[in-house]
Amino acid sequence: MDTTAIRNDFMSLKDGLVYLDSAATSLTPEPVLEAMNEYYRNYRANVHRGLYAEAERATERYEEARKNIAAFIGATADEVIFTSSATAASNMLVYALEHTLELQEGDEIVTTVMEHHAMLLPLQELAKRNGLVVKYAQLTKDFALDLEDLRELITEKTRIVAVTGASNVTGRVACVPEDTLTTGARPVIVRDMTACVGHMPVNMSALDADFAFFSGHKMCGPTGTGVLYGKKEWLDKLRPGYFGGGMVDSVTLDEATYHVGVPGFEAGTANVGGVIGLGAAVSYLTRIGMDEIRAHVEGLTNYAFEKLGALEGVTLYAAPPEVNVGIVSLTLVGVHPHDVAEIAGQHNVAVRAGHHCALPLHNALGVVATTRASFYLYNTRDDIDALVEAVNDARRTFN
Amino acid sequence: MNEELYQAHILQHAKHPHNKEELADATISVPAKNTSCGDAYTLQLNVQDGFIEKAAFTGIGCAISQAAASLLTDKLTGMSTHEAAQVSEEDVYTLLHVPISTTREKCALLLWRALHEALKEHHA
Repeated sequence: MDTTAIRNDFMSLKDGLVYLDSAATSLTPEPVLEAMNEYYRNYRANVHRGLYAEAERATERYEEARKNIAAFIGATADEVIFTSSATAASNMLVYALEHTLELQEGDEIVTTVMEHHAMLLPLQELAKRNGLVVKYAQLTKDFALDLEDLRELITEKTRIVAVTGASNVTGRVACVPEDTLTTGARPVIVRDMTACVGHMPVNMSALDADFAFFSGHKMCGPTGTGVLYGKKEWLDKLRPGYFGGGMVDSVTLDEATYHVGVPGFEAGTANVGGVIGLGAAVSYLTRIGMDEIRAHVEGLTNYAFEKLGALEGVTLYAAPPEVNVGIVSLTLVGVHPHDVAEIAGQHNVAVRAGHHCALPLHNALGVVATTRASFYLYNTRDDIDALVEAVNDARRTFN
Repeated sequence: MNEELYQAHILQHAKHPHNKEELADATISVPAKNTSCGDAYTLQLNVQDGFIEKAAFTGIGCAISQAAASLLTDKLTGMSTHEAAQVSEEDVYTLLHVPISTTREKCALLLWRALHEALKEHHA
């Protein structure tokens, strides 16, 4: 993998920025910007509506992006719904499940303390509205999900099992083993794949999830894009979550019927330019190769463990590199995570401080906040050296 | 103003904050939380006959919120509640005397917001 050539595709890196915040949002390569520019400049039109050339081209490119993205995650185009973010996807999914599952008071949701608030909070609210019980699987060593615990929590009352693909704090990859699902009727399996897609090879058909979601902006796509994946047989019977234009079959003043499958879940005008950009991002990542990107990031994570782990007063909250999507959170004794991040910023090193929208996980880790560095295809060992220098400076400043 | 955020006086207040203690005779206690970064303080005032006999705080947070809490409680002690109500955001920035970026505003003003909550409670 030619990191120098890759770095040339990212204009944001031109002025010496050390960008270690891809888990918050990734940078955008030129081909993605070009694809979006081309849409806005040359064939800006709404999709699935107009009968003129630009509208047809926009529709073709939009649907082409869908095929591209589906192939990228080992799914088919009729399983990929576009949303405005991972959060929009998870909320819409939870409403759709509420309209479909005929939930009874006392039914259970099993999820984990590793979840991002984007998954956690819609489920908590769903539980409140319907008198459901939410149960949380805990962590075991190395920040891994405790699969024994998960296994025990799932009972015949469990209707939804929601497990993240990987933690956005510790980078730890998680799974739902087949043998956790043997009790009673199969619950609906939901996976938050936001930290995974574009960072490691993902194959939805192998994952055996009923639903999954991820955002576009953490995988070289533009902000304002997200994907909800639903297994074909599920999308055929799922009731819509949101209602509005574009997803209807027929409407009278008394009632409406809705499109079946993907078109029934894309109410309103889509982020057409954004989706086309996300399609270009997937082409870009595919051209470089997901295995290569994964290996590169694993190498960087290894190096970060070696360098950051050796620093005095530093505690790492990060899974071992081979099971880590490229995220290393840390604390420095005697210095607040915000101050570490601020001093890093003075070194032109972009990292994030806070709880990273995962408060229950921070509680489980026993810290109020951490400073988080995340690695991607455009990062180098020099970037990690710059972070090490910044952490040392933070220690010097506060000692 | 020097452009550096972590100047000696800020670090001094952050490491050795003034008035960081639990007030046994507090007449008002107000929590102050910045959940996005985990900062959590309690501002305590002992108000007698309309005067703040003592302002103090407890809790944890970043250097900026810590220094602001230290400086603000210094300033408040001895003020009348009417004077305290006039303490503005600008006054806090003047006390800190370092450039506060948009992203650190919440840190700088955390205890100041608690002060106004406390005064509301006092007058209620």
